[in-house]
Amino acid sequence: MSNNDRPLSPHLSIYRWPITMTLSILHRATGLALSVGLIVLVAWLFSAASDDASYSLILAALDSVPGRVCLIGWSFAFFFHLSNGIRHLVWDAGFGFEKHQANASAWFVLVLALILTTAFWVLRP
Amino acid sequence: MAEFRLPKNSRITRGKHFPADSGASNIRKFAVYRYDPASGENPRVDTYDVDMDTCGPMVLDALIKIKNEIDPTLTFRRSCREGICGSCAMNIDGGNTLACTRANDEVEGDVKIYPLPHMPVVKDLVTDLTNFYAQYASIKPWLQSRTPPPPDQERLQSKADQELINEPAACILCACCSTSCPSYWWNSDRYLGPAALLASYRWLVDSRDDATGERLDELEDPFRLYRCHTIMNCTQTCPKGLNPAKAIAETKKMMVERKF
Repeated sequence: MSNNDRPLSPHLSIYRWPITMTLSILHRATGLALSVGLIVLVAWLFSAASDDASYSLILAALDSVPGRVCLIGWSFAFFFHLSNGIRHLVWDAGFGFEKHQANASAWFVLVLALILTTAFWVLRP
Repeated sequence: MAEFRLPKNSRITRGKHFPADSGASNIRKFAVYRYDPASGENPRVDTYDVDMDTCGPMVLDALIKIKNEIDPTLTFRRSCREGICGSCAMNIDGGNTLACTRANDEVEGDVKIYPLPHMPVVKDLVTDLTNFYAQYASIKPWLQSRTPPPPDQERLQSKADQELINEPAACILCACCSTSCPSYWWNSDRYLGPAALLASYRWLVDSRDDATGERLDELEDPFRLYRCHTIMNCTQTCPKGLNPAKAIAETKKMMVERKF
């Protein structure tokens, strides 16, 4: 019998995601979002260095409802990626690999990122 | 490149329902992945109503009962029924584990049973483990020594040295960990996966083994070792409570430390 026509067993669709797996994919997604955000950041700086019209155009776009949603999203992406990045550094040093530690640090990082995002928007001048 | 959708021939279709005898009162539904290579049809999920009053406590007991009393065509691997052979590894209730050590009571609602994820299916719950075993063989899972053994005794270890290999040596190669790993799903052709890397670590830390350098050289590759992104699914799912993620991290540390 040929091996090539064997079906592939289901994976993503049937696997129950542990919290550590969810955070892993979130780390990648936020990293991707931040690279896109970097383009916006550069555009904002670029417009500030050029003229009034383009600066107020960018400012208006960012101050709109979709603009604000994106900014809040990017701030969460930033705080999450930062906190989880530190979690990865701790792992790279060889600590925190027990199951209960990895689960606890996952929830800690997630809650911390949410708190930092909220604090950032509430406390901004 | 990761391919998230199942290929056309692998998409699951609606299966059959096998109702219980009218006399049964304590009924539990078991939804089981089925694939028959002789039929030419796509895989499906069949549902069996099992009378729990006459069924043993473990998921494997239910599968054996289904095979004996309801549907003899159901195919799965099993042997020791006590968690030491690793044959009955499968995906139960969304996690990889051994059917013989997972109790039916531990599962809420219907018991959903699939083969180990992202593997070629031979029939029903039986997957093709050829690549998995080849990867295990590739890490040379045997003692490599440069010195002859003492003429009058075994190669002795201190108690502390022995304890280093105690846990990684307890792996039963059931493949639960490797097939739970998304990195392994997308790159099983180049990434060795947690099981093979745990086995590799077992020899890396063996005080009697002299091939540590060569073993690390073999792993110095963007994929074989470094596709581990600390997703932790392996450690979360291991039915023996072992920690492949930690062994991989220790291996990565050895890679760095040997440069200084």
